[in-house]
Amino acid sequence: MAEPHKKAEKIVPASSLTPDKIHTWPFLVRNEFIMGVVTLIAVTVWSILIDAPLESPANPARTPNPSKAPWYFLGLQEMLVYFDPWMAGVVLPSLIIVGLMMIPYVDLNPKGSGYYTFRERKFAVSVFCFGFLILWIFLIFVGVFLRGPGWNFFAPWQEWDPHKVVALTNVDLNMFLAQHLGIDMLRDTVVQAVFGTALIGAYYSLIGVFWKWKSKTIEALQELGVIRYGIVAFLFLTMMALPIKMVLRWTLNIKYIVKFPWIGLNI
Amino acid sequence: MNLIKIKAQYEEVRKQIVDSYVWKSIFRHGYKDIPRNRVLMTASNVFLHLHPSKMRRHGIKVSYTWCAGGLTFLFFLILTVTGVILMFYYRPVGEYAYVDMKYLQFDVPFGMIMRNMHRWSAHIMVILVMLHMFRVFLTGSYKPPREFNWVIGVILLVLTFLLSFTGYLLPWDQLAIWAVTVGTNMARATPLMGNEGPLAEQMRQLTGLITPRYDARSLLTAGTIVGAPTLLRFYVLHCIFIPIATAVLIIVHFWRVRKDGGISGPL
Repeated sequence: MAEPHKKAEKIVPASSLTPDKIHTWPFLVRNEFIMGVVTLIAVTVWSILIDAPLESPANPARTPNPSKAPWYFLGLQEMLVYFDPWMAGVVLPSLIIVGLMMIPYVDLNPKGSGYYTFRERKFAVSVFCFGFLILWIFLIFVGVFLRGPGWNFFAPWQEWDPHKVVALTNVDLNMFLAQHLGIDMLRDTVVQAVFGTALIGAYYSLIGVFWKWKSKTIEALQELGVIRYGIVAFLFLTMMALPIKMVLRWTLNIKYIVKFPWIGLNI
Repeated sequence: MNLIKIKAQYEEVRKQIVDSYVWKSIFRHGYKDIPRNRVLMTASNVFLHLHPSKMRRHGIKVSYTWCAGGLTFLFFLILTVTGVILMFYYRPVGEYAYVDMKYLQFDVPFGMIMRNMHRWSAHIMVILVMLHMFRVFLTGSYKPPREFNWVIGVILLVLTFLLSFTGYLLPWDQLAIWAVTVGTNMARATPLMGNEGPLAEQMRQLTGLITPRYDARSLLTAGTIVGAPTLLRFYVLHCIFIPIATAVLIIVHFWRVRKDGGISGPL
């Protein structure tokens, strides 16, 4: 039989390791083993001490108030306050997934690969942190801890009163403008549809405006090219539509920007 | 004198075992701490050979990786083991599911701790998978040549949500049925394919489909409400379909980490 030990040092002399490289065994495997054992112990102790909840049997006839989705979807459920289900429950989640997948293909900045840096990729890190920490994590927090019966807002120290009376003062944008600016024409369904479409068109036309304005002066935009820029800008504006609608709701009680009652589509 | 004799005898026996045909057929290399054995430790072990034999020094730093990806995998394994054990006692049938939960909790030896571990681990895995994505973004690890592995990672994130979501229904208690009702109700609003979504009426006239019984939502719930058929459907998805898809993509994910140059780091 071959004698593996004898040849050993000749085949892989220790000096073949550059100063930056280490052997996976034992250094990484040791860390993994320790982390694994500690985690297993922790989750076992946790499972011994705290029992998983089991409520009363499923009863389709008794709807709890509030009915909450699993906690990791509560950011999406929170969006339902500001958007209709087709938007908050279908279109926006799909765009989140597609948008996440597109990140590597629209971020051409070669810097900041393999180390933590904010300075070298300010736009990418700020946008992602805003989306992840505020629009995802924070909204989950709001949904879990601050929403009670009727999906009404409750501070953590307030009792969940199922009979809390909240005035329904939300008003569509066209009615708001008609009332406050005296433009009665906007009360018409067709006129508001045209007007609202124009508003949203104007919002997304910011993509082109910004490109015209800055593409010559900002080098990163030239590198990106018009198509990749368009994708980034579209996804960014769509993401920002959520905080914009939140602020409109909190300040002016705006419900819809535009309604298309013929096809059941409201934004 | 006697001690030396015993030591020599011990050494003789040890040598005979270690040099035996059977032993060498199992362990291909020695354990002596020399570079060659360190390399073979990872290279000749089917589980450890997921790792490279040598790696970048900073790749073992917890401050860099947060251990999030590796621990996510550990929790996937914990969930597989505890999940299979739970499958021995649980029947996904409307009449039995909740009773089997009680049986698991009060009658099955170690049933409660298995259920607790499965439940808590599921929550932890969802958190870890989100943390892993956040870490990979902050270190820019999706940058070339790792673009596609990020895409696989996003799919794995979605699969983790789906695994957790389908498992949420199985206890068949009030929490389960209503959380899943809230979640699946979103699909009702899918444009074109949901019976309450935009263009539903038009699609209904066009195709005769897109009724409460046949639309995007009923595809998930196997009926107009979250009922016994939903339970069976979610059970099969939860125990067979999604875990297999996840396992396959985990393999691809790990493989690509290696093929794309190992753990990311400054160039």
